Amino acid sequence: MTTLIVLLVIVGVIILLALWVMAMYNGLARARLRVQEAWSGIDIQLRRRASLIPNLVETVKGYAAHEREVLENVTRARSMLETARSPHDAAQADNMLTQALRSLFAVAENYPDLKANQNFLELQRELTDTEDKIAYARQFYNANVQRYNERIVTMPSAIVANLFRFEPAEFYEAEEEAREEVRVSFSTT
Amino acid sequence: MEAPAPGSILIYDQIARNKRETWLLMIGFVLIITGLVGGVTYVLDGPLLAFPVAMAVLTLYAGYSYFAASSVVLSITGAREVSKEEEWEYVRRVENLCIGAGLPMPRTWVLEDSAPNAFATGRDPEHAHVVVTRGLLEKLEPAELEAVLAHELSHIANYDIRVMTIAAVLVGVVALVADLLLRYTAWGAGRRRRYRDKGGGVATVPIVLVILVAAILAPLVAQMLKFAVSRRREYLADASGALLCRNPYALADALEKIARDPEPLEAANKATAHLFIYNPLREHSSWLNRLFDTHPPIEERVRILRSM
Repeated sequence: MTTLIVLLVIVGVIILLALWVMAMYNGLARARLRVQEAWSGIDIQLRRRASLIPNLVETVKGYAAHEREVLENVTRARSMLETARSPHDAAQADNMLTQALRSLFAVAENYPDLKANQNFLELQRELTDTEDKIAYARQFYNANVQRYNERIVTMPSAIVANLFRFEPAEFYEAEEEAREEVRVSFSTT
Repeated sequence: MEAPAPGSILIYDQIARNKRETWLLMIGFVLIITGLVGGVTYVLDGPLLAFPVAMAVLTLYAGYSYFAASSVVLSITGAREVSKEEEWEYVRRVENLCIGAGLPMPRTWVLEDSAPNAFATGRDPEHAHVVVTRGLLEKLEPAELEAVLAHELSHIANYDIRVMTIAAVLVGVVALVADLLLRYTAWGAGRRRRYRDKGGGVATVPIVLVILVAAILAPLVAQMLKFAVSRRREYLADASGALLCRNPYALADALEKIARDPEPLEAANKATAHLFIYNPLREHSSWLNRLFDTHPPIEERVRILRSM
């Protein structure tokens, strides 16, 4: 009789433990999925940015074909961005593209006809918009990465994360902080 | 949304609370107005059938308002939907903030009025609308506009829009009627005296009753509106908006600019005023208007934002 009770208790504990592990696993898997979704949000904007480049290069060539170095830098950064797979590589390529575009737009200052070109203005506007969108997509992605990584290293979810080999996700780092972090306290009176 | 700071109000708590309060608001509305109708029919010796009929009609109206409230609010204010081609700077900023907050894109509207102000409406993030006035687009700096939009998107993410919109349609309409009646009776008292001279004492009974009902209704309804737009909600939207656009100073500047602007917003009334980021009604402070003052003081909001 007592052995039966002990057995039942053991079985009960095992079932509870299994349920707990399942719940933990689901939480971690959901957090990881959110990170992946947030990453695709950045990816979409990076692709959109890359797709604007060929048109931009063609337009600039029409007015300033001999600014070869600047144009080549832009094209090179773009192809790097297209082949980048990991957040780290993509961030690096995107930062290179930002630098290259900055010198391109600086050079454009010397060509009044180019600066007045409707197509050029339109592309410049689109690129600015994409840059802003990348910054916000990065903010969302990094917030999700932070939440996920916290779960992996803090107890008790760390046990389950270790058991099922949940790897920490990479942050998407911009070279320079365009927008400063703000700490906000939610305490209300 | 971002992970909230330690010891904070969780956004999820806020969402659950707002959904609960929407139910309470709808049930409370049906019960209170049914009670009033029942009371009036009893006093006037009217048909007893009025009671269940009122209850059924009000329940239907409350249910209908759950789905139609945002359309009603949008058409009351006279806002016009705009595309990204028409209002590039405005719409693209809403897009950007939605990416940052992980929200679906709301529909974007403009109110052709030179007073700077903004509000959000809808029943959930999938059915949400952002409305800004022409004055807001023209008078604010880009960063300030973005901060105001971040505040509005926080209302959407928190489901504040659900409670506030339904409050506008259910309670706000009653508030409007009560306000109208009280004004009419106070202002038109001289003219009515002549009617009484002609018709004798009989005509005054309904009028006295109407005044009585309006006087009971007005503070009651005002209390329900305040329930819907507690200061907590505005402070929280300020804080999470600042967190989203990462620029609390821009939001503080925007609030000060909006508060300083002397122009009244013609499209706003007592039913919709609580939806706006800053109280759009510029009226003398009678007891009635103070009763309906749903917004926290601007100085306090600015002070909190500047200390972030």
